[in-house]
Amino acid sequence: MSPAEDNAIRTSARNGWILSTPALVILFFAASGPLLIVLIYSFLTPGQHGNVVWDFSTNGWVGILWSKDIFSEEWMLADAHLAIFWRSLWLSLMTTAFTFLVGFPTAWFIATRPPKERALWLFLITIPFWTNLLIRTYAINEVLRKEGLMNTVLMGLGITDSPIEVLYTQTAIFIGMTYVYLPLMVLPLFAAIDRFDMKLLEAGYDLYASRMQVLRRVILPIVKPGIIAGSILVFVPSLGAYVTPRVLGGGKQMMIGNFIELQFLQGKNWPLGAALSMLLLVIVMVALLVYVRYANKGSSHG
Amino acid sequence: MAERGFQVARLPGFATTAIIVFVALYLPIFTLVAYSFNASTSLAIWGGFSLDWYAKAWDNSQVKDATLRSLIIASFAAVISTTVATMAALGTTRRRAFKGQTLIYVMINQPLMVPEIVTAVALMIVFGLVKVWLTANGMGALTTGLGYLILAHSAFCIPFAYLPIRARLEGMDLTLETAAADLYATPWQIFRRVTLPLLAPGMIAGAMLAFVISLDDVVITEFVKSGGQDTLPTYMLGQMRRQLTPEINAVSTMLLGLTVVLLTAFFLLTRKKT
Repeated sequence: MSPAEDNAIRTSARNGWILSTPALVILFFAASGPLLIVLIYSFLTPGQHGNVVWDFSTNGWVGILWSKDIFSEEWMLADAHLAIFWRSLWLSLMTTAFTFLVGFPTAWFIATRPPKERALWLFLITIPFWTNLLIRTYAINEVLRKEGLMNTVLMGLGITDSPIEVLYTQTAIFIGMTYVYLPLMVLPLFAAIDRFDMKLLEAGYDLYASRMQVLRRVILPIVKPGIIAGSILVFVPSLGAYVTPRVLGGGKQMMIGNFIELQFLQGKNWPLGAALSMLLLVIVMVALLVYVRYANKGSSHG
Repeated sequence: MAERGFQVARLPGFATTAIIVFVALYLPIFTLVAYSFNASTSLAIWGGFSLDWYAKAWDNSQVKDATLRSLIIASFAAVISTTVATMAALGTTRRRAFKGQTLIYVMINQPLMVPEIVTAVALMIVFGLVKVWLTANGMGALTTGLGYLILAHSAFCIPFAYLPIRARLEGMDLTLETAAADLYATPWQIFRRVTLPLLAPGMIAGAMLAFVISLDDVVITEFVKSGGQDTLPTYMLGQMRRQLTPEINAVSTMLLGLTVVLLTAFFLLTRKKT
């Protein structure tokens, strides 16, 4: 490398850093830095009325799975915590699976429309995506409530004589999360299907494959990166969901996000809340790393 | 040869499923909007068309204050995040990859990767510590402003502002800037007279996304705000715990309307090719 060229690179790196500094400062103070403090807090001792005492302790992390019996002072497996983790995991997986099940045909439908029409359908998917999550959750509440749309219709049609109480159950959370996160599944699926070469379908049919065979052996493998992207985009926010379980689960059907809040706001156990936050972060990071590795591998093959 | 009327891309049941999905996507939102015009107090019974709930929401000082607060925070957050994101985008595109560039990307995109609840409790802890420190040092007056919320919102809006700006920069032709440099324009003149006007649509798009994102935020605001600092979404969240009246539907509809207007503008802006 010539000295001049080397010099050009050095200035560009310096300018890159200088220009990025204001953004990095804000992000450090309001995003990265606070995470480090949460990590520190997860190794401290809970204070009497919330907050922490600056004594090192691993009880925050131990408390994720074990709780101390009040009487015998013995550590035992925390069933209540396990129930919350299980609910979060189960509902997130169900949401991911179901959004895929209905999202795939939707994305396929949009991708196979004539170009002009396609923009409109895409716009129709994007509007709910950008609409306030709280408003959409509240809209689902309106539909599911005892005297809401669903029960009015069901009773009007004579399918049931008394209202079905769905609100404040896990089913309500599942319906709500499917509703609010569906666009996150459809958009990456659409992007993948849009690039799919429809000639491959003709080739498949010419070779006497049935529709099911074409779907399973030709379409799905090729759009796999889109499926993985969509699944990650739905699974990650589902696992950390806070608003939807709160509004549709009515405080009884807590998920990890609400459990973290409980540890902080009721002044219960900040180190446990901090440890739970870190755990959630680690799970999300692992999911993202798996995705990045997969995505890179996919692109290197063309 | 394919049989007559056989379309290879058509898969049975897919179109039906898609139509059901679109109906299901919009039905709840339309229900919510419709009931905001309901004359009856009840959320269940239709009592005729009326704008009463809008009038009630308009007269509600809490709603008014929350709306004003939301708009102030979103405006500041949009301007701040767009400014710093534009600088960062200029610093990270159109030059050779440099050491630390990945770190910058990771930091800029961090708010997209970390679960919101985690960021929220993290900010709650940090701003709590800052408040204690400020109060102990006789600067308690600083703890009552919207500064914390603006800082927090600016941070999570940065990636949303950065992405469209960067996309615009990468699609831009360097010829004009090179021509300007050949005509002895100083770097600042080039930026001011050539780059900035070309970049403007990307910046406006970024600012609008940032504005919508800030306006919609519930979780982080809920944890960072002090008492009496409700924004529209946190006010609504609080109301949902109490008795529900169609007033919430009216407030939701207004917020929804604002979002749709901004997004339509965003799409029109980004659709135009250079």
